[in-house]
Amino acid sequence: MHIQEELSQRHVLSLTVSNEAGILARIAGLFTARGYNIDSLTVADITQDHGVSRITIVTNGPPKVIDQIIAQLDRLVPVHKVTDLTEAGPFVERELALVKVAGVGEDRIEALRLADVFRAKVVDTTIESFIFEITGTTDKIDNFVGLMRQIGLVEVGRTGVVGLIRGKEAN
Amino acid sequence: MAEKSGADILVQCLVDLGVEVVFGYPGGAVLPIYDALYNHPTIKHVLVRHEQGATHMAEGYARSTGKPGVVLVTSGPGATNAVTGITDALMDSIPMVVITGQVPTQLIGTDAFQEADTIGITRHCSKHNYLVKTPGKLAEVIHEAFHIATTGRPGPVVVDIPKNVQIATAPYARPELKVHASYRPQTKADAAGIESAVEMLAAAERPVFYTGGGVINSGPQASALLRELVALTGAPVTSTLMGLGAYPASGDAWLGMLGMHGTYEANWAMNQADLILCVGARFDDRVTGRLDAFAPNSRKIHIDIDRSSINKIVDVDVAIVADVGSALDDIIALWKQRNHQKADLTEWWSRIAGWRARKSLDYAESGTEIMPQRAIADLYSATKATGKDVIITTEVGQHQMWAAQHFGFDAPNKWLTSGGLGTMGYGFPAAIGAQMGNPDSIAICIAGDASVQMNIQELGTATQYRLPVKLFILNNEYMGMVRQWQELTYESRYSNSYSDSLPDFVKLGEAYGWTGIRIEEPKDLEAGIRRMLETDGPVIVDCRVARMSNCFPMIPSGAAHTEMLLDPSQVEGVMSDEAKALV
Repeated sequence: MHIQEELSQRHVLSLTVSNEAGILARIAGLFTARGYNIDSLTVADITQDHGVSRITIVTNGPPKVIDQIIAQLDRLVPVHKVTDLTEAGPFVERELALVKVAGVGEDRIEALRLADVFRAKVVDTTIESFIFEITGTTDKIDNFVGLMRQIGLVEVGRTGVVGLIRGKEAN
Repeated sequence: MAEKSGADILVQCLVDLGVEVVFGYPGGAVLPIYDALYNHPTIKHVLVRHEQGATHMAEGYARSTGKPGVVLVTSGPGATNAVTGITDALMDSIPMVVITGQVPTQLIGTDAFQEADTIGITRHCSKHNYLVKTPGKLAEVIHEAFHIATTGRPGPVVVDIPKNVQIATAPYARPELKVHASYRPQTKADAAGIESAVEMLAAAERPVFYTGGGVINSGPQASALLRELVALTGAPVTSTLMGLGAYPASGDAWLGMLGMHGTYEANWAMNQADLILCVGARFDDRVTGRLDAFAPNSRKIHIDIDRSSINKIVDVDVAIVADVGSALDDIIALWKQRNHQKADLTEWWSRIAGWRARKSLDYAESGTEIMPQRAIADLYSATKATGKDVIITTEVGQHQMWAAQHFGFDAPNKWLTSGGLGTMGYGFPAAIGAQMGNPDSIAICIAGDASVQMNIQELGTATQYRLPVKLFILNNEYMGMVRQWQELTYESRYSNSYSDSLPDFVKLGEAYGWTGIRIEEPKDLEAGIRRMLETDGPVIVDCRVARMSNCFPMIPSGAAHTEMLLDPSQVEGVMSDEAKALV
């Protein structure tokens, strides 16, 4: 017998939660306990009184599992609301990355040229290196990092995805 | 390459890792593994009566043999029943590998029958844990689990294996021992720390060695090196509960145990010392007493393999992150190389003699009742007279402290007790595990009437495997330590500390095929103990002791080493709320 895996879909979930001790551990624990995947997770408080945080989770799984993930998250006491941005309609998602690239001569020029194409900003430089700041979708950042790898990628830091539904309504 | 099922891979790994005994209990989610173990030629499986028993047996086996203890339990309740023992092993740094069955991967997260989030539940009470989702990873994980459990600061490692992973097949090759990417405990000390330690030891006027369970964990060689260093420096030695036996109780430099129920001389020596060499101990609250009064005028050197133990509670002057044995070896080598001689500690030793003269472990004999301290002392001399190797385990409470005070341990790995977690129900299964690993030794559990009932069902396990363990119950019809604290703190309002409806322990033992002995009078004590030791097979002894006897000396919570209570007349019976609030 061999173990079969089901086909997975990527979903971006947006949660608002009470900003209380242990909330992140509860959510991370739920994902590991039930065997769900986390591709990225971001968290920061979003209200003036620091009472509510938004957590954006990128996960993947078969449709039924995604459904369960949403239901399980919604069941946690400190969770206010769970929105599956992937299902809810058009949404904006962005991720920020810092990309350190080293090289001289033609490589250096090519790095700058590509950065321009991707609308990445130089935030640090030495004679032999740059740190680029780039914002965009996960795909866009993947592509940029992939190109930089061929030029002289040193290291990358990524924030993970944040997202909001398009339009004037809050969700 | 030929494929093997996950269950076969697991069992092959256990064989390759030299596992001889597994303590466990079958169930739905481990049936494939039990089938692989069926009539196995080299791995002996001990069928327990409750999974908690299996974990403490594995601890007793590990602590007495130095080998890792192995536990096999099913998913859900099997795993949750093992949690107390896993936590106990974490607190006392016992190498243990716990294999738990899990529901098949496709059912994880669905609240399936006998599903529990074993990895989530054990995350904070194990050294590390794994959920293995494919049989191809199993061999590597099992080998790594044993490596992590036994190296660095030892501890329990949990491996959760879903049922379909036990059945599914994968190519098997014995894994190579790889250098782990992130887990590399430091075992060799930095030279600077060793040099400081040697010079401070050579210059000390009032040194004390404060040793702990780390010396035992480091192996018998570490105990030998400790004895050598003590002889070279001439310094006195005290030990935590967990470290008893590393330095012999019969040795000249022995001060007795320190801390809450330690000796007067050990605690005063700690208080007055100018140098404390902490060897594999962790400044636990039971040891330090009130922190601002702990060893106030001393410089401190701390040898510990766990970096996070250093400066956790007490700030030290020199930190040596290393395996205790390796660090002691380095200290001895440098001491000799620098040709240091034993300092003149005559004045220090004469002060210690003054504290010793208080005879803090003395107690008043009652004449009509058996004093529990007397029962332990007699047990000690009777076992010594047999000339055999003796392993003592205890439950938790007054009897545990009396055993630590009145039984002399001259060798490491002979004293098994639940120190950190203080688990009632530890001692009896631990004795079974120790007997399993040491068939020629006399394994005795010194128990209390309340503690022993917490895993009393394991009577059947000892019977089944013909293990001649001796269960010596000091029966005072109380949760004695609770009652003692109620006397100290709550004006003797004995809320729920009386052991009502006790079973007839003799009949209970007999029901399981044990020999039962009751000792009621002081005059019968010696003969009763002798009969226990001379009887083949398991023996349960119901030793009726003085009911209201309390454990002294004692440092009350929140008090300093110098504020010990030596006898009951010093008890006031009331305590401030601040003191009451301490553990």
